[in-house]
Amino acid sequence: MSAPTPTATSQPITSPCPECEGPVRFDRPPLAGQVARCTDCGVELEVTSTSPLTLALAPEVEEDWGE
Amino acid sequence: MSVRVSIVGASGYTGGELLRLLLDHPGVELAAASSRSLAGQPLHRVHPNLRARSDLLFTVPEEVPASDAIFLCMPHSHASREIDRWLDKAQTVIDLSADFRLRDPATYRAWYEEDHPAPARLASAVYGLPELHRHAMRSGSEPARLISGVGCNATAMNLALLPLARAGLIERAICDIKVGSSEAGAEPSAGSHHPERAGAVRSYAPVGHRHAAEVTQELGEFPLDVSITSIEMVRGVLCTAHIFPTRHVEMKDLWKAYRAAYAAEPFVRLVAEKSGLHRLPDPKILAGSNYADVGFDIDPRSGRIVALCAIDNLMKGAAGSAVQCMNIARGLDEPAGLGFPGLHPC
Repeated sequence: MSAPTPTATSQPITSPCPECEGPVRFDRPPLAGQVARCTDCGVELEVTSTSPLTLALAPEVEEDWGE
Repeated sequence: MSVRVSIVGASGYTGGELLRLLLDHPGVELAAASSRSLAGQPLHRVHPNLRARSDLLFTVPEEVPASDAIFLCMPHSHASREIDRWLDKAQTVIDLSADFRLRDPATYRAWYEEDHPAPARLASAVYGLPELHRHAMRSGSEPARLISGVGCNATAMNLALLPLARAGLIERAICDIKVGSSEAGAEPSAGSHHPERAGAVRSYAPVGHRHAAEVTQELGEFPLDVSITSIEMVRGVLCTAHIFPTRHVEMKDLWKAYRAAYAAEPFVRLVAEKSGLHRLPDPKILAGSNYADVGFDIDPRSGRIVALCAIDNLMKGAAGSAVQCMNIARGLDEPAGLGFPGLHPC
């Protein structure tokens, strides 16, 4: 039997952050290519697969801290 | 029912912070604030932020009434000389000085170069860091009798290193600590004179700071070196700890260790983001707050771990932590009266 398809009214969906293993939460079913941010370590993540839900680090933009 | 509390030695900075916290505390009735030199004068004479917040006048220590809890904010060694008197007046005494932080009289003598005036009390005093000794502050319905304050620099070191010590990761640690001017207290000195202190980056304790003894006592034996520098800041401590680990670790391992230690802690926040201006702890945003912000990173070339902890030295490093201890000991809600998150910008 396949896993139930999440809907907007179901429990939040979580997947571990590939950087810190903290729970990355989606209030709605994520879409492939969607960008999210880990609330623990702050990395930007990309949804690379929705079934199974898989996250990867998004390409970083270099910062200029002015120093 | 409110907890009736008094403060002995309330004219200094830690006394002022205790007054600020306790006057707004939902579970506390402030019975007395003593200062021998200011007896009869209003609190705002030396704590101007408290103007119109209380009708209380400073009293002499002899007139401090029996209380549920008494906070002692006296100069070094005064509390230990008078401890029996204050324990007779209150079920719980919380001493913010360094007098009861070290459990071993020989260790006290080694670091403070004098015999302890009340060595029999040392073993039973609870070291006042809730993250380590919460359960000793209240046993069943019985509050601890004597709780020590914590060294502000020691708190920053202890909270930065605790998860790594528990994980057996510390081969050696070097703590570089930057501190603000309020650490020196309210009494002026040549070193605090504005032309000398303003703009200073003064290495005032490159070796041998006494707070190292508190870290060894609480976290166990490992080679620990401490250097402290006064910088242009009124409140705040930033500990940058360099840890040479016992084994190779990755960021995931550190997250696991720090979450295990602090996930349930109401006043420790993990700040270790990969990007952004506020990605690591900074004491600037913690002024007036009881939070300790803790962060970490790894040098991929050497394997060195860098662990950071930022606090307000007068809050999590002194008065805030003491109120947190009182809340626990007296069975109050642990975060009560400590909700202020700090200011941004400030």
